[in-house]
Amino acid sequence: MNEVLLRSLTPSVLAILVRRGADFAAAEDAVQDALVEAVRVWPADLPRDPKGWLITVAWRRFLDATRADSARRRREDLVDEEPVPGPVPPVDDTLQLYFLCAHPSLTPSSAVALTLRAVGGLTTRQIAQAYLVPETTMAQRISRAKRTVSGVRFDRPGDVATVLRVLYLVFNEGYSGDVDLAAEAIRLTRQLAAAIDHPEVAGLLALMLLHHARRAARTSSDGSLIPLAEQDRGRWDTESIAEGVEILQAALARDRLGEFQAQAAIAALHADAPTPEQTDWVQIVEWYDELERLTDSPVVRLNRAVAVGEADGPRAGLAALGALDDSLPRHAAVAAYFHERDGDLATAARFYAEAAQKAPNLAERDHLTRQAARLNARRCH
Amino acid sequence: MAKYLLLKHYRGAPASVNDVPMDRWTPEEISAHMRYMHDFAARLEETGEFVDGQALAPEGTFVRYDGEGRPPVTDGPFAETKDLIAGWMVIDVDSYERAVELAGELSAAPGAGGKPIHEWLELRPFLAAPPTITE
Repeated sequence: MNEVLLRSLTPSVLAILVRRGADFAAAEDAVQDALVEAVRVWPADLPRDPKGWLITVAWRRFLDATRADSARRRREDLVDEEPVPGPVPPVDDTLQLYFLCAHPSLTPSSAVALTLRAVGGLTTRQIAQAYLVPETTMAQRISRAKRTVSGVRFDRPGDVATVLRVLYLVFNEGYSGDVDLAAEAIRLTRQLAAAIDHPEVAGLLALMLLHHARRAARTSSDGSLIPLAEQDRGRWDTESIAEGVEILQAALARDRLGEFQAQAAIAALHADAPTPEQTDWVQIVEWYDELERLTDSPVVRLNRAVAVGEADGPRAGLAALGALDDSLPRHAAVAAYFHERDGDLATAARFYAEAAQKAPNLAERDHLTRQAARLNARRCH
Repeated sequence: MAKYLLLKHYRGAPASVNDVPMDRWTPEEISAHMRYMHDFAARLEETGEFVDGQALAPEGTFVRYDGEGRPPVTDGPFAETKDLIAGWMVIDVDSYERAVELAGELSAAPGAGGKPIHEWLELRPFLAAPPTITE
């Protein structure tokens, strides 16, 4: 059974049902029924037009369910409206699903779950596993989300920025059950980029490709983190890097800069350097200035301080850091790094230990604890 | 089968025998410790005795309802006065003896100098639904 084919067809089938007037939740149920039927029937008898087949079966299921429901008396009307099964025009309706699933009335976690289900075609179980919650919890989250958007009509274009934020949330999720969420986010963003001509969509796709390209080098065999400067650059995926850079350059050429393009530009400068020493930190600082202008985010200012320290030396980095609120995430880790570069190992060790206490995940905590231990061990011997 | 909760404390448990803060270990000793914990959980998964394990951040806050419109009350700035859980592991084992044995094994994870930490772990049985047959 070709699961990839099914998953790629699911969103457009769903979108067509909704466009024909089916309620979102009912359409989703009907599509799931059709998928189950496909899994049963296709191995023995693959239809010539799989998409047309799915639409026909799903639409019949939807009508069956509607008949069985309270709308029984409208049955004849609905049957009359039933479109003739046959070839489907190659129009992409899935774009509307992206906007529906990222609707502002949904919380971020609901938007993410609904996107993975409706646009990505993942099963509830797969999504639950990826987010480490019980399947019943995820099923509830998804059906609440479906209820929330079931009254929303497809008459206005949605906010691309919200869609991009949802896709970036999916990408940044580190867990992996049997679904690789980072790869899934790239697949969905690729679809979106093919359907919509927008420099920030291209920027996000480039950013994801550039980050993903370094993934194999980011952790060692025992799961511990390897910082950028110590990564084996031979393990970076040069094909993804080249693709990301190419997409980014085309986007930047359109002169409508946004935060994802700026972030991708920084990632591209890192990916471009054959060795850490050859990183163009001066240009990275300039991109952080752009990013700060676009977002005014304290996290961006912290990252900028790191770049300043790399470009102009640890004292400059510490000075830039001093202007920021020390309760920012990773503030202590950055302070530790620059104090070490500046030769003050005792202060660096103290900051590393403090940073480990505040680390948001195990891999980062263990990494920072090791840094503190490394410096303390060196000072004692 | 009965479920037990193994609780590891940041603070509040009696001091362990090999009581050296982790940032005073060598990086190799930290790696050995992590490997021990990981192997322990992997072994219990194989025997079918592992249920769940999670680590918690060291920062915690006590909050309580303090009447309509009043701010919640936390336990103040003196965080060292409270007992803090570092993480847990849930095991599903045949007997109390087996649970004690496993807790002892986990407590022997290597620390500074490669020697066992001998840390105190709290072992708590789960309360379960009454069995179908009571005689």
